[in-house]
Amino acid sequence: MTTVESSLSRAQPGLRARLDVPRRITLAAALVVIGAVALLLGFIVWRGLQLFVASGVPVAQIFTTAWQPDPLSAGTNYGLLPFIGGTLAVMAVAAVIATPLSVGLALFLAEVAPGWARRIVQPAMEVFVGIPSVVYGWLGLVVLVPYLRTQFGWMGFATGFSWFAGSLVLSLMILPTITSISYDAFVVVPADMRSASLALGTTRWQAIRHVVLPTAATGVATAIVFGLMRAAGEALAVQMVIGNAPVIPTSLARPVTTLTSQITLDMSDATGTWNEALWTMGLVLLIISLTFVLIIRRLGRRSTPA
Amino acid sequence: MKRSLTADRIATAVLWAVAVFVITVLVAIIGYFLVESIPTFSVSFLFSDPSDTAIGGIGPVLWNSVYLLVLTMLFTVPLGVLGGIYMAEYAGEGRLTEAIRFSQELISSVPSIVVGLFGFALFVATTGWGFTALGGALTLLVFNLPLLMRLSEQAIRAVPADERAASLALGSTKWQTIRHAVLPVAIPGIVTGIVLTAGRVFGEAAALLFTAGLSTPVHYDFSNLNLLDPRSPWSPFRNATTLSVYIWKSNSEGLGDFVHQVANMSSMVLIVMVLIFNLGSRWLGGALQRRISGL
Repeated sequence: MTTVESSLSRAQPGLRARLDVPRRITLAAALVVIGAVALLLGFIVWRGLQLFVASGVPVAQIFTTAWQPDPLSAGTNYGLLPFIGGTLAVMAVAAVIATPLSVGLALFLAEVAPGWARRIVQPAMEVFVGIPSVVYGWLGLVVLVPYLRTQFGWMGFATGFSWFAGSLVLSLMILPTITSISYDAFVVVPADMRSASLALGTTRWQAIRHVVLPTAATGVATAIVFGLMRAAGEALAVQMVIGNAPVIPTSLARPVTTLTSQITLDMSDATGTWNEALWTMGLVLLIISLTFVLIIRRLGRRSTPA
Repeated sequence: MKRSLTADRIATAVLWAVAVFVITVLVAIIGYFLVESIPTFSVSFLFSDPSDTAIGGIGPVLWNSVYLLVLTMLFTVPLGVLGGIYMAEYAGEGRLTEAIRFSQELISSVPSIVVGLFGFALFVATTGWGFTALGGALTLLVFNLPLLMRLSEQAIRAVPADERAASLALGSTKWQTIRHAVLPVAIPGIVTGIVLTAGRVFGEAAALLFTAGLSTPVHYDFSNLNLLDPRSPWSPFRNATTLSVYIWKSNSEGLGDFVHQVANMSSMVLIVMVLIFNLGSRWLGGALQRRISGL
């Protein structure tokens, strides 16, 4: 096919180039994506830097812990560490809860499940993906938070709104992400490698542990990073159950806050420097997700030659 | 040997337990909303106006969700499908292609609240429109476009090379080939992609808070066809609180019994809507596939 095409273009290059309107139109459509990214980066970086540029807040200040944002009160301080710390903490615990379940489920689907079980679990995962994040948040608010308050008050869950509630809700939301990407990593492990292991007399579990898991390790790592990325960026569901207290997270049972939930809460009311600080939080979020994209790219490159 | 057999049995049991556990959680979630909403649900809930004092309806917000969906797809479908054609048929190996791919990856990783901030800066503040349905739709375009582009590209790439070769061998130009040989075969995949992309509009909320707005919905007069009148439900230049945003709003308001109940029923409606889109996309793709291959 390529040869037909290239000989055609060699035969009449001028004419082809001039007549190729469809190529230009489709290219223009594809370029909209680059335009959107450029605009997005431009706006978020520009507005995110105003805290330092326009209001003269020293960059070092955002790495402090005190959040006193109201410009009308004396002594403002725009410490973003509680938000960055909260985002990382909630994300990490969500991944700790979701990873064993997701990887286990992916292994089940790829290695263990008989056909009928797969026909139940796979559509169920699609339903999982389809549940919108506000619905998880609402469920967390009316079921999980009261449950933690009434049943686990003795463990320090004074109100139920907590780091743990946020992580648990998030873990449900990232479970399908980690499952589907690790599943893809498991199914591409060549069947020959499994057969070779089984032929040596290993059990299925030994084949999984010593052959399938090591071969798919990079893919599973990619899956977890995708999960972390989604967890760091999720806003509304977390905001609804986390309690929104701007403190450095120290206890799973206490309210904390995240970058996303503070933006959600304050954006419509905050003015002046306070508002600028919210844009800076947006910029920090963007930097976090860019970091994840680069990690995923690096992992992808590592897995390609294998 | 004995020990490894025991380990194998335990591992198998654990993997089964994980699967059963996850399915149970899912059934519990869906079950919760079914049990909570069915007793008070009626069809009029879907169409009537909301109320501040009793269980009202979700007519206006449901309308806004549908409206925003159509408006978003009006931009997303042509751009996404054309972009997908470029990536599948024309794109070479160069820097430009790499830049487009990187942009696609990047946007799909940016948190939706950040996309919302961007939409606010551009479509609310810079344009001076305020909170509008159009601003919300353009914001959603930002992450729907790369998604549909990728799904269309995959659908087009899946078309067998023979189809193209046969058409080119008959002397068709590249575009004639795409138009008459490639696209008809790729249509089921593209349609599946469109419906999947559309389904995401229903669930999205974070990107809409500061773009389409979250004012309390009012009664809509559908006979008002003036597209520039902010009170007309047909106008793109008006505040458009969607169903998902409405559920989120319930949490900031007092948790009166009826607010609670409305949010439960709204969640159920939202889940069902998204499910219809997800299952519908596969069904529609399959149906088109059968129709085309049957000819």
